[in-house]
Order: sequence, then C-alpha cells, then structure tokens
Amino acid sequence: MTELSINVELVAGILTEFIRDEVLKVGSRGVVVAISGGIDSACAAQLAVAALGKGAVTGLALPYRESAASSLEDGRLVASQLGIELLVIEITPQIDAYFSRFPEADATRRGNKMARERMSISYDISATRNALVLGTSNKSELLLGYSTLWGDGAHALNPLGDLYKTQLFQLARHLGLPPRIIDKAPSADLFAGQSDEADLGFTYQQADRILFHLVDERRSPAELTDLGLDPALVKLIWQRVRTSQFKRRPPLIAKLSRRSVGQDFRYPRDWGH
Amino acid sequence: MAAQNRLKLALVQHQPVLGELPANLEWSCAQISGEVGQGTDLVIFPELSLTGYFLKDLTPETSMTLDGPEMGQLIQATGRGAALVGLVLESDQFSFYNAAVLISDGAVRHVHRKVYLPTYGMFDEQRHLAAGDQFEVVEVALGGGASWRIGILVCEDLWHPSSPYLLSRAGVDLLLCPSSSPGRGVGTGEGELGSAASYGALLRTYAELFTVFAAYCNRVGFEDGFHFWGGSRVLAPDGRLLAGPLGDSPAVLHTELDRGDLRRARIAFPLLRDERIDVVRRQLGLDDDD
Repeated sequence: MTELSINVELVAGILTEFIRDEVLKVGSRGVVVAISGGIDSACAAQLAVAALGKGAVTGLALPYRESAASSLEDGRLVASQLGIELLVIEITPQIDAYFSRFPEADATRRGNKMARERMSISYDISATRNALVLGTSNKSELLLGYSTLWGDGAHALNPLGDLYKTQLFQLARHLGLPPRIIDKAPSADLFAGQSDEADLGFTYQQADRILFHLVDERRSPAELTDLGLDPALVKLIWQRVRTSQFKRRPPLIAKLSRRSVGQDFRYPRDWGH
Repeated sequence: MAAQNRLKLALVQHQPVLGELPANLEWSCAQISGEVGQGTDLVIFPELSLTGYFLKDLTPETSMTLDGPEMGQLIQATGRGAALVGLVLESDQFSFYNAAVLISDGAVRHVHRKVYLPTYGMFDEQRHLAAGDQFEVVEVALGGGASWRIGILVCEDLWHPSSPYLLSRAGVDLLLCPSSSPGRGVGTGEGELGSAASYGALLRTYAELFTVFAAYCNRVGFEDGFHFWGGSRVLAPDGRLLAGPLGDSPAVLHTELDRGDLRRARIAFPLLRDERIDVVRRQLGLDDDD
C-alpha cells in the first residue's frame, strides 16, 4: 500500500519538534497522556519523551473494572520502557455510582461516559503539573468520527491526528514499540473483547485507503469505484465522514453581533507565542 | 578578486513570536546589529519575520508604516549595513500588505509587496491582505561599494515563473526569496518534505535559467500545528548550491557571493543574451498596441 507509506524518520522528527515547540512556548512544563496499552498512546508517549524528556511526561492508566487486564499490563510495559511515571486511577467507583441510577444504559452510553471520565481526570492531573493533555486520536478515527465527543476527542495537542491508523503502524515500528503492542487488535477497550474493526464493520486498511483517496487526493466517490474500491463501502465511509463533521468542529454559536467568537473573530490559537 | 566584488550574506531562519511585533522587532534589531558588527553586508530574514505568518485577525494589529517608529529602529540597527525584513505594511489608505523591505545605509531602499497571495488549501492571505502589483529591480551599493541589482520574491511569488522572468528582464543579479512555507507531504517517495523538494527544484531552476544568485530564507517553528521547515539556502548563477540547505531549527547561514560567478555563468550560458523577448511580445499580442 505505497500510497499510504510515510517517511517515518521525517514524521517522527516533525512530531517531536511539534510537541516540544507547542508545549514549551505556552509555558507548560510537560504533557499528560492517557496510556491505554494500545499503539496510538504508546506512540504519542514515546514522541513526548523524545521531545521533552521522561521527567516531563506523565502517563495515566484509567481502567474500569471490565477493562481487559492485559491493557493495564501493556500500559505498564510502555511506561516502564519509556521510564515515565504511570498513575493508575480506577474509574470504576464513579462510573458505577452514576450508572446505578441508569441500569438500563447500553454499552455505547457507558463507553462514552467512561471516555469523558478519563478526559476529566486527564485535565485535572494536567493542571496539577502545569502540563498539557496530549491527545492520541489518529486521522482514521477523526474522519470516521470514531471517538467520544469531549472524551478522547478532547485534548490540548494531538501529534497523531494527521496520520492514518495504517501509517501509525509504520511509525510504531520505526519507534521500536514492543511487538505485543503493535500486533494486538486495535480496541477502544470500552467493554471486554471489543475490537475497533468489528465495531466499525471494516478494517482500518480498507478504510484508510478509501479515506486517503477521498480526503487527501480529493477524489469523488465515483472516481474511487473506478479505482476498484467497493462502492458500498466507499458510500458507507463517506457517509460516516459527513455525519461526524460536528465532532471535528467547535460548537456552533448563533451570530448576533458584528464580530462573533467562532465566526469572524479569527485569531490564531498560538496568538502571542 | 577585489573586496567590493564580494558580498557577505547572513540568512537568519528563526521563529517569530506570533503577533508580537515589539518582541520580534527587538530580537531582529539585535540580530541585525550583531551581524553587521561582524562584517555581514546583508542580513536576510524570512517572510513576515517581524510578525509570524498565520496572523488572521492579528494582521492589522501587527502592521507598520514606512515612516513609523519601528522602521526607525530597524534603520538604526542596520547602520551602514543592509537588511531584508518581512512585515505587514499598512498603506495610507489602510490596506495591509505582506511586504519585504530592504534597508541599506540608513534608508529604506526597496519595498516589495507580495504579488501572489495564496488563498487555497491551508492559506487565506487574500482574506486579510492586499496584493502588490509589480516586480522591481533595485540597484543598491552593498559590500563596500559594488552595486547589486536586487529583486525580491516572497514565497508564493516563486510559484509563478513570470515573476523571476520579469525580474530577469529588469536585469536582476540577486534574487532574495523570504518565505514562510509550511511543510506538507511526508510520503516515502520523496525522501524529504514535499514542500521542501518543490522549493529546492524551483530555486535551482530559477538560479540556473536566469543565471542569478538566489538566496532563500524560510522560517522555522510551529504555528497552530503548522510546521515551517526552514531549509534556507543560497544558489549560484549556475544552479550550484553555495550554502545550506539548513535544517528546520533556528540557525544563521553565512556565505559570500562573488560577482565573478555571475560573469562566468553568463559566459558559459548566455541565456539572458539569447532570450527572444520579441517572440514573447509577439505571441502575447503585446506588440499590437505599439
């Protein structure tokens, strides 16, 4: 799949500098990153260590009682290999206390609540350390809307958001992540045995190729059919991109004045840095 | 070779503080006076070196005028040397230009207002800025007295071959190319950033085809996630790399130009002499008005 091949050395260098620059110039001392035991957060943590040093990176393992035990083990492995602190904070008490009022809640609702709980803890811990929350959403997830709004989708900086999942595998191999982290099936670990690809109904390899042609190459869905890609899958994926657009934008504000936040008040985020 | 036929350049690729004119001005003045004090003849900064690039609504708030106090500070810092700085220039009708200003020997010698304002993809310059409408060559005594014919192309100006062509017809010897080019394109086929490869090809081609020196100064650092890749370099009139390219960290590239290189290149490749401007004029229908 050469179209999705990346120059991993170049990418790792840019992302390391990105983290260093954007963290230090705003006066922060480091980053906090939730370590799930998966490939994305392991890549992000490793880049952060390269950028800032291990003392400036705090890992958070935020398991729920139904999370796979192997996820925490893998998280510990990543943290110990990088030599970073790993705070393990169970989210079971608050999640169970909340859902005791809503026993009928389905897996999606429970998973979203857990993701937001993890976000809330990440921000709380980050404030105690003058650190920024480092995001780990990749381009595949962002485009497919496969994330929880204001949950894993909420963070200060995201070094991985312009890399498709299949490109992250290339980066992970370059960074020398442990094979067991790279080789396991991608999972949001919201419930036992969950698999991203089973959830989505297609593989990242299929999705990434389609997304690459639609987004990066700006080809139309019809043109993708000419490339031999499955029209039904192209349609499904493009529909997901469209219906999840709201997740990639700040909230809408009703315009009233002549100059409104979010519309024509357009200062850069790095204003003054 | 007599000393006045040589020109000492310093290309300062740095990361401005976004939207903080006073801080950038102070830093740049210190750089200029330091370089000039060490014998540099011309100090070159990137595009919008005094403001940062993705200014958006900061554009009018970071602007300067040619007769304002900030320009006075720059002129004073430059002393008897020369400097090319990038700034937002406010006109007396309150239009704002992406400008590169050449200061030499106590005065502003030339102002180039960027002609091509990219407004596509990640770029939004026409929303905030007014466009210049000419490419001009200015003759400036530099480096102990020799005159250099200087033309300026700011970033996107380089992507239109008519820009260096017009400067070439006006007799340019030295193209100064300040830039704030965000990096993109990390595919494996390229070996370097796609944008870096494109600029490398453009600069080499222009230097060689127009038999001119070309000094490219691109900024570094990040703004809102956009990565500026540096890569500042100087090319000789035969397309040879004289100095650089630098990487993507803050750095200063020093090099010395020898006017003899211009003469030698134009003897070996008399492309300027042989250019058929009459054919160009006829085919573009420009002779009809004569």
